[in-house]
Amino acid sequence: MEDSAGLTKTADLKPPVTNVGVIGWLKQNLFNSPLNSLLTLFILFCLYKTIPPFVQWAFLKSVWYTDGTQCKLADGACWSVVTKNVRFILFGFYPYEQQWRPAVALILLIGFLLYTRERRHWNRRLIIAWPVGLAVMGLIMHGGFFGLPVVETTKWSGICLTLLLSIFGLTVAYPLGVVLALGRQSRLPAIKTLSVVYIELIRGVPLISLLFMASVMFPLFLPEGITIDKILRAQVAIILFTAAYIAEVVRGGLQAISRGQYEAAESLGLDYYLKMRLIILPQALKIVIPPTVSILISAFKDTSLVVIIGLFDLLKTTQVTLSNPEWTGFSAEAYLFISLLYFAGCFSMSNFSRRLENELQT
Amino acid sequence: MVTSDAEIAGRTQTEEIPFWRDPTKRAIVYQVVALAVVFAVGYYIFSNTQTNLRRQSIATGFGFLDREAGFAIGESLINYSAADTYARALLVGVLNTVSVAFIGIVLTIFLGILVGVARLSTNWLVSRLAGGYIEVLQNIPVLLQLFFWYSIFHDALPSPRQSFNPAAGVFINNRGFYFPIPASHPAYLWVGVALAAALLVTVLLRRWARIRQDKTGKIFPIWSVCSGLFVVLPFIAWIAGGAPTAMNVPHLQGFNFEGGVSFSPEFAALLLGLVLYTSAFVAEIVRAGIQAVSYGQTEAAMSLGLRSNLVLTLIILPQALRVIIPPLTSQMLNLTKNSSLAVAIGFPDFVSVANTTINQTGQAIEGVVLIMVVYLFFSLVTSAYMNWYNKKKALVER
Repeated sequence: MEDSAGLTKTADLKPPVTNVGVIGWLKQNLFNSPLNSLLTLFILFCLYKTIPPFVQWAFLKSVWYTDGTQCKLADGACWSVVTKNVRFILFGFYPYEQQWRPAVALILLIGFLLYTRERRHWNRRLIIAWPVGLAVMGLIMHGGFFGLPVVETTKWSGICLTLLLSIFGLTVAYPLGVVLALGRQSRLPAIKTLSVVYIELIRGVPLISLLFMASVMFPLFLPEGITIDKILRAQVAIILFTAAYIAEVVRGGLQAISRGQYEAAESLGLDYYLKMRLIILPQALKIVIPPTVSILISAFKDTSLVVIIGLFDLLKTTQVTLSNPEWTGFSAEAYLFISLLYFAGCFSMSNFSRRLENELQT
Repeated sequence: MVTSDAEIAGRTQTEEIPFWRDPTKRAIVYQVVALAVVFAVGYYIFSNTQTNLRRQSIATGFGFLDREAGFAIGESLINYSAADTYARALLVGVLNTVSVAFIGIVLTIFLGILVGVARLSTNWLVSRLAGGYIEVLQNIPVLLQLFFWYSIFHDALPSPRQSFNPAAGVFINNRGFYFPIPASHPAYLWVGVALAAALLVTVLLRRWARIRQDKTGKIFPIWSVCSGLFVVLPFIAWIAGGAPTAMNVPHLQGFNFEGGVSFSPEFAALLLGLVLYTSAFVAEIVRAGIQAVSYGQTEAAMSLGLRSNLVLTLIILPQALRVIIPPLTSQMLNLTKNSSLAVAIGFPDFVSVANTTINQTGQAIEGVVLIMVVYLFFSLVTSAYMNWYNKKKALVER
């Protein structure tokens, strides 16, 4: 009791002026030692040298809505390369008059993502709503009903292709990855060996080699007369690749479940399938939600590699724009724009994963 | 009626468990089915491929490796011309990949540690800047970063005739970066020998110092003595060899520079992109590793009277490294695998050369198999080395 009384008494005293407020904050955070003071001054100097010229280039002297020839005369950044070509960069070869359709699908997707962000919305209905929603988006883009002209998937490009490859890829790779993880944990030597070989083989090679395999070898694998289009082949490669990484993440979750849970399930007389479906996987998959979001982020970033086998994703449509003689030489501006798009997507996902990690830590 | 023991025994003997309820038999069935499915799919693919190859009359096998490649490679660590074989071209590619990966890994570790430590700095500005660096570079695809740097080098740098000349003998233009090197002289051979000797002495001295410390507790100033050796021995060799000062300075010859050492914008863009991207991940790993060592360890070490540099080297780092090394390994492997993106900006790494080979010979399967085997080899070697190192550093428990 005496202690708490003493505490309240000291709390009444005001701290010295130099320890609170702006001065206190500066002293504590920027000038708390000679070395730190020097560092602060040095960084401030560097920022002074870089930030104003950048602002000059990017905003004050930049041009926004001109054509290419006027751009070449400007001192600053030529954002016109983005504003004049934004529809091509985003939607690529999707028919120009029909581009509202991918836009609607995109807005729908963002709405879904924002809704799913809140954990209190997570329930059984949402699990059903997702595939339905994705199918609706696909239908809107593909068309063929209500007088909407059909747009073949070969015309889907730009951000639609990027999102299609990453989201569809992850949706299919996820169950495959879970099966592989269970296979790796299996007591049956043959199944375990097959899973380990698959996982390690895929994780040991770069994605680009799988994409090459998809583009040059898959046609040889199929019987004569059957061909599958390029996008689907790349999609298969991405699925095979992502599944191996998901398998490793899920394995981490499976290993984190204590032996007691396995034994309890067995002592209830559950067979392997029921034991996994009812007891182990619900717990294991919950643990690995945050790393799974990281996998989604890498899958989203990795889809940019399809540029190398000549698919028209977001990065490729930008490069096509830049190869137009009118807009050559403004690559920094165009790349900064799509960097911003990628950054917005990945950063919000990684923030979400971090928040989830805190919430799930019970 | 009471069942007698004999009757029960008789029933268990005679009543066979049906095989679908017997776990051991069921396990065999499952495995046989799994293997059969895999082999069936494999055989299906194999036979289709055989038919397709025969139909398109593509020869199989690695015989093409001995044929003349017929394409030039811009950068090579060994002598190579278009008249050499495909095997040699691929070897050039492997060496380029190895050199990019090696230099990249070294730079990444330095930069990653620097940024990771900066992230934990008590200086608000420093830690925020490091945080921004990590977030921005982690969240942009590495391929986009490569394109960005490549376009900067390609668009913003001047042509050879208007090269930047930031220091005497150093030239920067859109064909490459040129630096002077000392002109070849026999003295440099002796400098190399002296360096090797310094390395040997260091190894021996370290072993002796450790044994002495175990016996007597006396600490030998190994760091200062050995770094002194590394400076003094080569310097003496250089003086003894006649102290050559001639330099091989790059100079404009026709449309391009000759002499000195140079590296191309492709190499620079690849290295810069890979190092910046991977170092952001390494920084996060380093930060997590340092944070994993509780502050009590520092306090305990200080209360033993250790100086702050000894606290770091004897107490904090050995424990932090244990947490850092496994994820660091996978980042190093990622860097090696990502170096294959060189194909997108035209640096002749292994994948790029293999891709050219595939396009010229049509030997798609062999080409892709070669790519996979080479990268698997890198992965296995790196993880074997890192496992060994990890075992050495791992916690020794009672």
